[in-house]
Amino acid sequence: MTTAASEAPVTPRSEYEFGFHDDVEALVKLPKGLSREVVNTISDIKEEPDWMRRLRLKALDHFNARPMPEWGGELGDIDFNDIHYYVRATDRDESDWEDVPDYIKDTYDKLGIPEAEKQGLLAGVGAQYDSEVVYHNIREDLEEKGVLFLGTDQALREYPELVREYFTTVIPANDNKFAALNTAVWSGGSFIYVPPGVHVDIPLQAYFRINSEDMGQFERTLIIADEGAQVHYVEGCTAPIYSSDSLHSAVVEIVCKAGSNVRYTTIQNWSNNVYNLVTKRAMAYQDAVMTWVDGNLGSKLTMKYPAVYLMEPGAHGEVLSIASAGQGQHQDAGAKIVHAAPNTTSVITSKSLSMDGGRSTYRGLLKVYDGADGCRSNVRCDALMLDEHSRSDTYPVMEIDEKKVDIGHEATVSKVGDEQLFYLMARGLSEEEATKMIVNGFVEPIIKSLPLEYAVEMNRLIELQMEGAIG
Amino acid sequence: MTATPPLFEIDDLQVSVADKQIVNGLTLSLRPGEVHAIMGPNGSGKSTLANSLMGHPRYTVTGGDVHLQGESVVEMSPDERARAGLFLAFQYPTDIPGVSMINFLRRAISARRGEEIPVREFRQVLNEVLGRLQMDEQFVRRYVNDGFSGGEKKRAEILQLGLLQPLVAVMDETDSGLDIDALRIVSEGINTFHSDDNAILLITHYQRILRYVQPDHVHVLIGGRIVESGDASLAERLERDGYEPFMERTTEGVLSS
Repeated sequence: MTTAASEAPVTPRSEYEFGFHDDVEALVKLPKGLSREVVNTISDIKEEPDWMRRLRLKALDHFNARPMPEWGGELGDIDFNDIHYYVRATDRDESDWEDVPDYIKDTYDKLGIPEAEKQGLLAGVGAQYDSEVVYHNIREDLEEKGVLFLGTDQALREYPELVREYFTTVIPANDNKFAALNTAVWSGGSFIYVPPGVHVDIPLQAYFRINSEDMGQFERTLIIADEGAQVHYVEGCTAPIYSSDSLHSAVVEIVCKAGSNVRYTTIQNWSNNVYNLVTKRAMAYQDAVMTWVDGNLGSKLTMKYPAVYLMEPGAHGEVLSIASAGQGQHQDAGAKIVHAAPNTTSVITSKSLSMDGGRSTYRGLLKVYDGADGCRSNVRCDALMLDEHSRSDTYPVMEIDEKKVDIGHEATVSKVGDEQLFYLMARGLSEEEATKMIVNGFVEPIIKSLPLEYAVEMNRLIELQMEGAIG
Repeated sequence: MTATPPLFEIDDLQVSVADKQIVNGLTLSLRPGEVHAIMGPNGSGKSTLANSLMGHPRYTVTGGDVHLQGESVVEMSPDERARAGLFLAFQYPTDIPGVSMINFLRRAISARRGEEIPVREFRQVLNEVLGRLQMDEQFVRRYVNDGFSGGEKKRAEILQLGLLQPLVAVMDETDSGLDIDALRIVSEGINTFHSDDNAILLITHYQRILRYVQPDHVHVLIGGRIVESGDASLAERLERDGYEPFMERTTEGVLSS
């Protein structure tokens, strides 16, 4: 899509290393624009059951009927008629890496994706290129235990009843404008089902890549952890740098049944011409534990507030989020926790950075329903600005309708302090090294909750972003 | 001894903070192996002197010069001064949450050396200095100065002094806030560090640290300039008579200048 801003050249984030793109003709590329015809065509291409087609069309009506949200970031530049809603590069979803077309393989090689799988660091890997999943693989022993990890389209073909049972039960089609858009034109995403009592001990990973210009990626992820199951899912995202903007609008639904434990980690490093407007929500039942770890480094504008609905006693929800906004970026991110049952607990920890004129917003909602007594929650959001011309805001909203609860809240906004810089520099560290060290310390509480290799990656990405901002 | 060239020379130094002149032409020369003590009452410019020597951005040098090994440092950034061998033990060390002492110390020692210190060697020197200061190994797992008691902060400064091995150490009221045991340990740390190759500038209000760290020269700082210099006995005189007798003298000095 073209935007007003695209007349001026897009300033890439310094050293954005995934800004390359593959020059390939897509196999299928629907013309730009959104209509019933486009939605029908997507459904036709996928040979979907009729209920899904009807659901898509209904969602399209919701999308058209709803106004643009005005409370978050600047969305006025998005032209929904200037987007390709479906772009498919290959006609297969491979389970053998060797069968993936070479140019796509090259892309992922450059991103270092299959390496982690080869090294046995992951239990399974999925890769989505534009609209379609091009690769999914899962460790054999997990497959034997009944763990499903496949593209959502494939799941709809192979396990239609299972998909139908849960699809849109966590995030209804009319939840918000962008969830409606996703429901209408969704394609790709991961589907995970972990049977009762099965523990997936190392992470499953998916990697999302937008390659085409002016395209929208609308993946749809659905995770079901059955009773007592355990799983950790990690996703990473990148895109090339184009002069016009792209749209990424995903929906992630998670069902955490009684006693299950789900952790969902995102490291979002879109190039900063991508609008990243994502709805993520989990329902946690009796004694289940749901954790979102959300890292937002890239994109032009991100609006994302991972949510946990604590539906039954003993459920625990946690959101750990880091956002870092550099030049031309706005990270409007946060968390939403709903205590809908007694004796549920939650923790929100948010760290946001802004530098080089970037803007970070923490937006959070903590809701406790009347009757949800004995709830405990702790919210902590800290913002750090690296310079005078960057911006940081926090909007922590609390709606507490029950008296017998224990809620803690702490928020800080600070600038990298002259005294801290002087102290480190007085020990021989350069200003750049000292700033990095202060920033690393600031995000440390979140980083240490990441698996080692992701922690390293996260630190590296933040440092890369800072290299343009200081000195 | 007199033939040895000075290691550190402060020459007619003038320093302002927010357009107010605090240090008014201070001259001092430290030779290798020497310990100098600068003693002064509150507001005499002690901390301004300490911070400006290290290059704190809030302090502006408006005149004079400072040389380390013959090279002027006043145009250098704080990190350049540190790498050149200047050290400031802070009166109020800043906390840096999330950054572990061990990580910080390793970066600092590598910066000072100009090359990465190998892990094994680092462990070795670290444990040696920790032991000398009677500090627990777990101490370095904590975040830099975060939640440290006053005594722990001062000890952490001496730990850095021992690890970084500067040529010139400026100690800004290192004795303040220490109980007698901590004062003894900190003083021993300074004495162990001290050698014929380095020099120490102790900036203090009280004489008590000078019982443990013997100064070769004592200077009285009042109104941003040195009004009297002498040997260790000058400190005893100050202890006995206070700063009062010197105060009048500076007023005259300032007025006549």
